[in-house]
Amino acid sequence: MSEQRPLTSRRGMLKCLAFGGAGTVFALAGGVFTPIDLAVAASEPKGAAALGKPLFVQISDTHIGFSKEANPDVVATLNRSIDVVNALPEQPALLIHTGDITHLSKPAEFDLAQQLFSRLRTAEMHTTPGEHDTTDPSVSEYFNRFGKASGNKGYYSFEHAGVHFIALINVLQFKPGGLGTLGTEQLAWLASDLKGRSSSTPIVVFAHMPLWSIYEPWGWGTGDAPQLMEQLRRFGSVTVLNGHIHQIVQKVEGNVTFHTARSTAYPQPVPGEGAGPGPLRVPTDQLPGMLGVTRVSVVKHPHSLRLDDATLA
Amino acid sequence: MSLRQLLLPYLGALLFAALGPRLSQADSVSTDSTIVMAKDFMFAPTSLTIAAGSTVTWTNRDDEPHTVVSDSGLFRSAALDTNESFSFRFVKSGTYHYACSIHPRMVGTIIVQ
Repeated sequence: MSEQRPLTSRRGMLKCLAFGGAGTVFALAGGVFTPIDLAVAASEPKGAAALGKPLFVQISDTHIGFSKEANPDVVATLNRSIDVVNALPEQPALLIHTGDITHLSKPAEFDLAQQLFSRLRTAEMHTTPGEHDTTDPSVSEYFNRFGKASGNKGYYSFEHAGVHFIALINVLQFKPGGLGTLGTEQLAWLASDLKGRSSSTPIVVFAHMPLWSIYEPWGWGTGDAPQLMEQLRRFGSVTVLNGHIHQIVQKVEGNVTFHTARSTAYPQPVPGEGAGPGPLRVPTDQLPGMLGVTRVSVVKHPHSLRLDDATLA
Repeated sequence: MSLRQLLLPYLGALLFAALGPRLSQADSVSTDSTIVMAKDFMFAPTSLTIAAGSTVTWTNRDDEPHTVVSDSGLFRSAALDTNESFSFRFVKSGTYHYACSIHPRMVGTIIVQ
């Protein structure tokens, strides 16, 4: 485990300040991330091409239906995120949404979200639900719209550009007072999915709640994630993507890189600050800098992945 | 504040004094409803004791949506936005544990006597 510190030149740092903290670019080689400030990357004309082919974009926690003080217009901020994605010079083939598409699992919220997503230029969209998407008793609102890929189970895998992608669901089996849960059935499926797969295959795992314990008193973790990590240990390059906590937290542990994405809707407090993980009210001019999207590129295909975080600032 | 508003609590106390002894009788069925509010990531009160036949109403006073989901599957609310409510009538005596499915560390207990 190691703490990551963005590499910034003095010139880059000044640019970064001018950008208001645009985000961080991540290059992954041999299982280790090298974070580079996005402003620095943007200042290198050949930067984008040299850093790799865009692989996919992650967006998260769009919370369509939310209208409180922390962000009265989540549609506008999602639209701006979509504009950022659509404006990428090279369009990634995939877009991954790591859950909380809606705020209250209401049909009208899902319908509006789908209507907004339809504007994305990205060819393929993959999703995993958050606990806000699954509050109806049968979870039919989510699965009727996004359940096809997983046969309404919520977990599935697919290949793209030599990378094995695994969608997991950890919001259906909450133990009261506990953390998110994957469950034995899903873990057994994963074991069969990974069986016989070469350890040199790059793996991207995504779920809504963090698959590592960020802050247990707020339920920011998954109780049986250690069993997942045990299965992933033999792979040379593993990238774990989550949403849920509305802020970027990263960790590198061996060959596994953990990354939680910002929300496109509203920020949340840092772990342990305040009564609980509710919407964080910030001055309107600071809000765009706390919302954003993550882009992942292949570097030295197919063994390395790189993550860029862009804010709406 | 009007005279009526001032007197209301006293009228309530008088009414309670008149009805109170009857509620404690074993065969009585209360239709009183009690409010448990989800606010600041807590059910308040966390534990509530009621008579069989009573209806409990949960009202969300938080900015975040919450749900009321019984561990046994007996009752389950939709996602309650700010100021939305959910009610359930407890017919049988027993201890009922429940939680918010969005914030699973939010837990509560209803004891029905």
